[in-house]
Amino acid sequence: MSAGSSLGALGRVVRSGVGRRRVQTLVVALATLMSVASAVVAGSLVVASSAPFDHAFARGHGAHLTAQIDAGRATAAQAAATAHLRGVKASAGPFPVAIIAPAALPRLTVAGRPSPGGPVDRLEVTAGRWASAANEIVLPADLPPEVARPGTTLTLPGGRTLTAVGQARSVTGSADAWMTPVGVAALGKAGAPATTQMLYRFSGSPGKAALAADRTRLKAALPAGALLGGQTYLDVKQAADREAATFVPFLMAFGALGLAMAVIVVAGVVGGAVGANLRRIGVLKAIGCTPAEVVRAYVAQALVPAAAGTLLGVVLGNLVAYPLLGDVQRVYGTTGLAVAWWVDAAVAAGALLVVAAAALVPALRAGRLRTVEAIAVGRAPGTGRGRRAHRLIGRLPLPRTVSLGLATPFARPVRSASMLLAVAFGTAAATFAIGLAVSLNTIGTARDPDAAAAVTVVPAAPDGAGPQGAVPTGPSAGPPALDEAKVRAAITAQPGTASFYGVSDRQVTVAGVVGPVEANLYRGDLRAGAYEIIAGRWITGPGQAVVPTRFLEVTGHRIGDTITVRDADTTARLRIVGEAFDLRNAGMRVHAAAASFSGAKDPDGMDSYLIRVKPGVSVASYVDGLNAALRTADAQAMTSSRGVGSVIAVLDSLAALLTLMLVTVAGLGVLNAVVLDTRERVHDLGVCKAIGMSPRQTVAMVLASVAGLGAVGGLAGLPVGVALHHLVMPLMGDAAGTRLTHHMVAVYDVPLLVPLALGGIAIALLGALLPAGWAAKARTATALRTE
Amino acid sequence: MGHVIELDAATKDYGGAGTPALGPLSLDVAEGEALAVVGPSGSGKSTLLNLVAGLDRPSAGTVTVDGRRVDRLGEAALARFRRERIGFVFQFFNLLDDLTVADNVRLPAQLAGTPRRKAADRADELLGMLGVHEHAGSYPGRLSGGERQRVAVARALVNRPALLLADEPTGALDTASGHEVRELLAEVHRSGQTIVLVTHDMALARSLATRTVTLVDGAISADERAGAAR
Repeated sequence: MSAGSSLGALGRVVRSGVGRRRVQTLVVALATLMSVASAVVAGSLVVASSAPFDHAFARGHGAHLTAQIDAGRATAAQAAATAHLRGVKASAGPFPVAIIAPAALPRLTVAGRPSPGGPVDRLEVTAGRWASAANEIVLPADLPPEVARPGTTLTLPGGRTLTAVGQARSVTGSADAWMTPVGVAALGKAGAPATTQMLYRFSGSPGKAALAADRTRLKAALPAGALLGGQTYLDVKQAADREAATFVPFLMAFGALGLAMAVIVVAGVVGGAVGANLRRIGVLKAIGCTPAEVVRAYVAQALVPAAAGTLLGVVLGNLVAYPLLGDVQRVYGTTGLAVAWWVDAAVAAGALLVVAAAALVPALRAGRLRTVEAIAVGRAPGTGRGRRAHRLIGRLPLPRTVSLGLATPFARPVRSASMLLAVAFGTAAATFAIGLAVSLNTIGTARDPDAAAAVTVVPAAPDGAGPQGAVPTGPSAGPPALDEAKVRAAITAQPGTASFYGVSDRQVTVAGVVGPVEANLYRGDLRAGAYEIIAGRWITGPGQAVVPTRFLEVTGHRIGDTITVRDADTTARLRIVGEAFDLRNAGMRVHAAAASFSGAKDPDGMDSYLIRVKPGVSVASYVDGLNAALRTADAQAMTSSRGVGSVIAVLDSLAALLTLMLVTVAGLGVLNAVVLDTRERVHDLGVCKAIGMSPRQTVAMVLASVAGLGAVGGLAGLPVGVALHHLVMPLMGDAAGTRLTHHMVAVYDVPLLVPLALGGIAIALLGALLPAGWAAKARTATALRTE
Repeated sequence: MGHVIELDAATKDYGGAGTPALGPLSLDVAEGEALAVVGPSGSGKSTLLNLVAGLDRPSAGTVTVDGRRVDRLGEAALARFRRERIGFVFQFFNLLDDLTVADNVRLPAQLAGTPRRKAADRADELLGMLGVHEHAGSYPGRLSGGERQRVAVARALVNRPALLLADEPTGALDTASGHEVRELLAEVHRSGQTIVLVTHDMALARSLATRTVTLVDGAISADERAGAAR
């Protein structure tokens, strides 16, 4: 046989193999498609969420540590001397820093720098030029051009004016705006509090522990109390990565599950094809196929549908990843983020390698099989495996069709093991995803305790429009303040009120923190406004603060520490009494009682009042009654909205989609195994039907043959899914910059675990339903003729 | 004496362009009769047996067995019909290799819903009667061809069928085993069992059958009763 004709003949063998085994071909293609799609999504998000920041950080010589130093406690010389601390590779500063509040703009942290360049934190001037005079300012790059256009005049409290000359961006986030050092120093009384800033780069890419050690050394090198705070590049990176990074552990878990299932299903399908084709292999060898050609034929038989599945999987993965990358794009302020070509290539190559490897083992076995042996084995009756199981299970008090089915898996232990693994992984995926959804819903409720209030009272709309059921969110820049005395009196007098509290969002400054920090100030029943507490407790009165995890990480504070918070003209020292689960404002918020700032005149009052009603009270009637009472208070009551966060909604739907994909793959694995079994046992089925087995009994027998495996697979997959959930949830929390409370992670209770464990049986039964129907419909006479 | 089998112009056409595989064929078999169907390969013998057993449906005509129109029954009703009224003995025994001899014999009774104990007693009785009781716990693969066919006959009789069908029951056996099975079937027939057997074995037909039908190209070419020709 010439090489050309040999190849042609081999091609025909492959084509006929692929065509004859349509179900297995479809299973391989679908399993590969879904696995590749989830791997592409996971891979591209991992790349997109790390590469842009890393590249920008390297290009801009970003600062690993940005230290805020109290200018009153440490001199410029003392600050500059820290450049020689152990481990410091480069430094910049000291730069004077001030916070200004120009009219019509948010508060800005301004650093005084002579130029945008330097050894650390090279600023990117995106518009205009650098400041050269004391009254010139370079504004943040993300401000819209209409308010930051060069030549714009900014008026500060007290009447002093500054001229915008350009816009710039710091990859480190060391400041919002920049002036000359002289200019910042001249801000004097207008800016407060005055601090200096030192920027440091260390060798390599220091981790959390190394940076903490550096900060400790820095603190020791400065006079006591001089180091107000130190922001690390990891905080900045984390903030930038947050939206995308939340997805990564979750998608990685699904990607890993998908790949594992692809390997199991493909190995099962190809192994099964070889097992079911022993006679064909014998015939091929008898007519002149070499062992190598048999191996190539069987590997190619798996690779043909896998290649099609891979191609479609790459396309699907790109389609799913595209909107997610849009989120990443907005986070970085970059454009043109797409799935990296090499992610597509690597995933595709990896998937095909996995398929080839999975196919190679049984194909080598096929190649090594002696011709006579192959033909003989192909025709011989069963191996006799599983007889003991038949005997033992036959003694159970079960209908005979059920006991016959339950014993079937023992005749084909390898195939049964592959089916078991597919069911176990499917159950693990479903357990993981459902646990994730429950956790996310718990988080969704916890992240917005205001949503627990049935009714919200806000200032009345200027046009007198009635309440429409929506609660305004975000800072209270626009709406007028409530007439508190009237509002509180009306709520107190309203029948059905269970509890209520007022809340006001403020922009405050916290000593040692760059830029403004959001503060939630409460009045009324403080307990009702409580956030989910990770450690410590909720505020019970003035002088206390509860802060999110990230606030503690950024500032280096711990529960029990005292922070200095300045709201308008009042400064309060608050003791941190708790760590709250709070993701808003990038985790940089302070929760405190409004009474903590009792020295202030509190001109703004509360932005809104949130009310919980007594059980059984109609919210609609309550709102109507309260609105009547509030008519003279220029306030309106409305039903609180209960929106789900966009990230949670996206994660929920992604989890549902990916679970469906993986459960389908698991079902396909079962379907494939049952099809092979049914095909092999078609003669026995014919015999059973000839002696009186009804179609219903046939279906029962086939379903019973997978039910046991489904039950065991379900029980095996359940702890895997739970363990994966317990591993991934804290990682997701970490990516979002928060720790999670116990009850956000420990979501699996008995009412949830029982149906999940039964999920394995459901996957197995659904996978077997189709071939069971085929078996029931098979013509008895035809089946009996099949040898 | 009533008819156990009534075929009226039964035809089986597999859709080819040529003549039907069987019929149109009309045939009655009386209760207690032992009918041997003989003929060359491809003459339609097995097709006839499949129609009577409800394993296949006629393309035209009717098939009535023990008073039931088999050709009108649905799959579930056919299954019930087979397990209650038909016993089938195959050329290659068709015992299930994974089950013991006793389990094989009990299976049709269990499928019919016979209580476990009763099915076991009936299987024991038949295995004893057919001389294979000592193999009750063995697997079919360990038995000789003759022994396996005895087990197959026991399985066919376990539900006390109105009709025993046998497709080349000695076709896969050596001479001695063939003789054993022949004797066995004769004994079963003597007990009043109606039997239809398809065979190439003329010795079997002669020794067992009270009537012999010869099929050629799907049609009856001869129908002889023992000791007389029609």
